[in-house]
Amino acid sequence: MTMPPVASRPPRARRRRNKSSLAGLIYIAPAMALVTVFFVIPVLFTLWMSLHRWPLLGAPRWIGLGNYARMLTDARFFTALSFTAHYTVVVTIAIFAVAFPLAFFVEKQKPFISAYRTVIFLPVVVGLASASLLWVWLANVDSGLFAPLFQALGLTAGRVNLLATFDIAFLTIIIMVVWKIAGFTMIILLTGLQAIPAELTEAARIDGARRWQRFRHLTLPLMRRTLALALILSITGSILAFDQFYIMTSGGPQNRMISVVYYIFNQSFVSFNLGYGAALSIALLAILVAISVAQLWLLKVGEDRP
Amino acid sequence: MTTRREIRARKTFWNRIAYHGVGIGTAFFFLAPFLVGFLASFRSNSENRQPPLPPWPTSGISIDAYRALDGFGSGVWQHTVNSLIVSLGTVVLTVVVSVLAGYGFSRYRFPLKNALFVLIIATLMIPFQSILTPLFIILAKLGLNNSLFGLMLIYVTLQLPFSVFMMRNAFDAVPKEIEEAARIDGARDLRLLVRVLIPLVMPGVATVSIFAFLNAWNEFLAALVLLSSNENYTLPVLMTAVRAGRLGAINWGAVQAGVTVMVVPCLFVFLLLQRYYMRGLMAGAVK
Repeated sequence: MTMPPVASRPPRARRRRNKSSLAGLIYIAPAMALVTVFFVIPVLFTLWMSLHRWPLLGAPRWIGLGNYARMLTDARFFTALSFTAHYTVVVTIAIFAVAFPLAFFVEKQKPFISAYRTVIFLPVVVGLASASLLWVWLANVDSGLFAPLFQALGLTAGRVNLLATFDIAFLTIIIMVVWKIAGFTMIILLTGLQAIPAELTEAARIDGARRWQRFRHLTLPLMRRTLALALILSITGSILAFDQFYIMTSGGPQNRMISVVYYIFNQSFVSFNLGYGAALSIALLAILVAISVAQLWLLKVGEDRP
Repeated sequence: MTTRREIRARKTFWNRIAYHGVGIGTAFFFLAPFLVGFLASFRSNSENRQPPLPPWPTSGISIDAYRALDGFGSGVWQHTVNSLIVSLGTVVLTVVVSVLAGYGFSRYRFPLKNALFVLIIATLMIPFQSILTPLFIILAKLGLNNSLFGLMLIYVTLQLPFSVFMMRNAFDAVPKEIEEAARIDGARDLRLLVRVLIPLVMPGVATVSIFAFLNAWNEFLAALVLLSSNENYTLPVLMTAVRAGRLGAINWGAVQAGVTVMVVPCLFVFLLLQRYYMRGLMAGAVK
């Protein structure tokens, strides 16, 4: 393979390279087949479907950009979009507010630190569906834990139904998601913290920088890349939220907790407007690709200013 | 002098107390929901309508909740087996496909190699939630609608970007000399891969496996959409029936039992293979 082509025997060298390149293609063929059939074709197919009125039964009919026109006047879609944006902002801030102190807490080498890290991380490895089920029971007004506990502790006069009104149900879901995800963000931030040379922090301390100053002017700038990554993972994950709303509140009080994915699910698999669902999917896909591009850009900016 | 030392000693003592106080408090917040659910699932029928105060069974350990869970769908055993088939099948297929692809991308040269690699990684950008409808239709065309195997293929595809990336790096880390030596000893192609190289990339295989298992075991939306008949439901889909309840009444004991059945394997696998899980997470984070 690395042999320089000898002038007298060019055909053999070429045959050999061809054989080797064929072997490489054979090794990657199963992966390429799966990606093609279950990813590339579905994406193109979604685009194609979005240009049709596509009922579950019966022939699809070409309607051009009709679905997209409908999307622009669909108030419920915009409600779902703004709810998802609201949720994403709140949950991301909440996760960082918990995960950052946790990352500082588990950073230093101290006794039992790996035990604490492991326990904080445990909710990350269970499914969001399992976590939602567990918490919908804990938040149940009659048989759950929180309402009777708050009552017994004298915090509330009676048993409050945590999932009955939008604000408290939303708060409950936020706390559940923080419980589920904070360990993950903590570990990502921890890798960034540990990459900061100890001498730098030490030097800043000797120069008389206070804790907050060190954090603001040393730690944060040095963690740009890690922060960008943690932020993007949190944002993309939150935009795709579905399980918690479907399982915990079934779309919530007065249908106010319908996320974008939930709305696509309803349009496609409950109302069977497959074409319209596809158009909504393309919108979602465009939003996420835009975020991924922003991510690459952010990470690149981080490289310029290490 | 002694007083200063005493003050310092007292200070470190209080520091230590504060540290462990915060640590134990935090650990309690993250652990308590699991413990409460787990303990409460062993309460008897008469108890499990009551709030879990205290969470443990007060009138003897009972498996009423698990019996109630068994009354849903085709029985909890059937659905656990479904989940296991899908998860373990996903693990095996993901490992086979990503080892082959990782080896191909690491060791061979072929046209469009970089473009194809980027294509596999780029699928990460596109959420599978947005292509569920075509997946539904394509599986139907392939005769794989409502089949555990079809669901498995989707899960394998979702695992590929991470897994191929991991396996390519694992093969890149194996010195070429080992391969040359084995080649001289007469080992070729697949035999070389299976006998010589795979043992060397086992840590990568472990990482890929644990992520494939957890993701397949926990996935909810695709299973909800793609499985249409009762006897094929995986555990998370079965649980929607339990959550919906019967005649307006939800059997919370069955919910606790179901959560326990879904959560315990994850925690077990994670605690057993934590090292490999964290390696994968770091590799993904650092890129």
